[in-house]
Amino acid sequence: MKSRETIRVGAGAGTSDDRMVPALELAERGDIDYLVFECLAERTVSRENLARSKDPELGYSPSLHARLRMVLPICLRKGIRIVSNMGAANPLGGARAARKEAADLGLGDVAVAVVLGDDVSSIVKHRGELTLIENGEPLESILPKMISANAYLGADVVCEALNTGAPIVLSGRVADPSLFLAPMMHEFGWSYEDLPKIAQGTAAGHLLECTASVTGGCFGWPGKKEVPDLARNGFPFADVKADGGVVIGKTPGTGGRLDVMTCTEQLIYEIHDPTAYITPDCVLDISGIALTQDAADRVRVEGAKAMPRTLTYKVNVGYADGYIGEGEVSYGGIDAVARAKWAAEIVKERLKLQGFVYDDFRVDLIGMSSLHGQVDTRPEPYEVRLRMAGRTRERKAAHAIGFEVRAMHMHGPGGAGGACEPRVRDVLAVKSVLLPKNLVNAQVVVEGAL
Amino acid sequence: MSVRVYDLAHARAGDKGNTSNISVICYDAKHWDFLARELTPERVAEAFKHIAKGPIRRHPLRNLKAFNFVIENALGGGVTTSLAQDIHGKSLSNVMLAIELPDPK
Repeated sequence: MKSRETIRVGAGAGTSDDRMVPALELAERGDIDYLVFECLAERTVSRENLARSKDPELGYSPSLHARLRMVLPICLRKGIRIVSNMGAANPLGGARAARKEAADLGLGDVAVAVVLGDDVSSIVKHRGELTLIENGEPLESILPKMISANAYLGADVVCEALNTGAPIVLSGRVADPSLFLAPMMHEFGWSYEDLPKIAQGTAAGHLLECTASVTGGCFGWPGKKEVPDLARNGFPFADVKADGGVVIGKTPGTGGRLDVMTCTEQLIYEIHDPTAYITPDCVLDISGIALTQDAADRVRVEGAKAMPRTLTYKVNVGYADGYIGEGEVSYGGIDAVARAKWAAEIVKERLKLQGFVYDDFRVDLIGMSSLHGQVDTRPEPYEVRLRMAGRTRERKAAHAIGFEVRAMHMHGPGGAGGACEPRVRDVLAVKSVLLPKNLVNAQVVVEGAL
Repeated sequence: MSVRVYDLAHARAGDKGNTSNISVICYDAKHWDFLARELTPERVAEAFKHIAKGPIRRHPLRNLKAFNFVIENALGGGVTTSLAQDIHGKSLSNVMLAIELPDPK
């Protein structure tokens, strides 16, 4: 296996809500060796932890069933190995679900290598002195409300899981680029000392981790940045050589575009200091990267550099932080904006009369100021949708916002229409701390027979 | 006469916590020096003053014909607790593109 010169690592998902079919097309026509599903947003693990507290078998990404049902037959037939963080808050439960999907599809007993150890809640709960990165306060301040604490594990333990030979690797929290780097370390025997290769592999992972973002998604602009056949855009892959050579490509016969422009946008995406992008595997420097168009829909990546990995893992701590309530109602025609503004004042007064208090409150006029603010400088549109939202400790106070906005139909300015049902959601807030790596016990267990 | 950032560059916004990062990428490398001179952190701060408290840092990326602007305190307290409709601030790149600059000619 280690004799392979080049491997092809495909991106099958960049969020749990990502589109499904492009992953299947990639497995069918992309000639890939690995299919990576990255499915965890910042607060997903907290949400899944709540699901697990209600049912101990749950807590993995609910999309695991549909995704694996779709790709397992072709992946097992072609020997494409699946790597994913869809284990979320319960990787072992996810592994059992994956094995059941395989059995139900008539694919037999399929082994799953499970990455454990990202759940560090039992470690950090004794370390209230750790500093929250976001506000400098001690972790202690949110510990009583903590729902989950998960370290962003690196490629090393995912590589260890691949070394077992299991066709599927499932983890909880792992840094996004690390999921892609792991197959490269596994195939080519790269170690963390091979910094130029780790850098190239991490850059490739970063380019792939948002799937369609390098193939024309979140990019097009009519008349300015055209994207052909965006409706059928395909997912990307990286062709990686043992020496660290990287070329990004996409599924043949799909729509979208993959070029230096799309890759540059994704390369800088969610990076702060471009010379020091910290992952569990290295501190990546993208400032010297050169992107070149090798052929149609193929972009070469060269010149990634890195410093050695840090001694700490970033840990996301999820905690309950009250409720957000929301309501919306529309006004159209003459004086639409004046009526919407009047309605907002009435709703605020009614909430106050009932004694509700909010930590934060917001009034938006959709069509004017809901995205970029500055309502007083915007031209008045023909119609406008009033949106009111507030964050509060009390569920009742959160519900009252949408309730009072909906009541604008009968108890507000003339001609209100189309109010939505009152919306309330639990706030799962996330803050982070740094935890020394030597305190974390990342490990691999295999479910099923190899 | 003036030009907009939109005329010379494309952009994408990303999020981490309460920080937004917005890339500005030249269509043509020959405009990089002009943007380096004119699209200062101060000018960007002015355009974002009603949205972000800052500070704002600009990281030059000449190799990529680009700049990376890192705008702190820009996302209503952070993605997980923000009351905004666009909690990730994905649409904020369009505030950047609308910034007007003196004519480069």
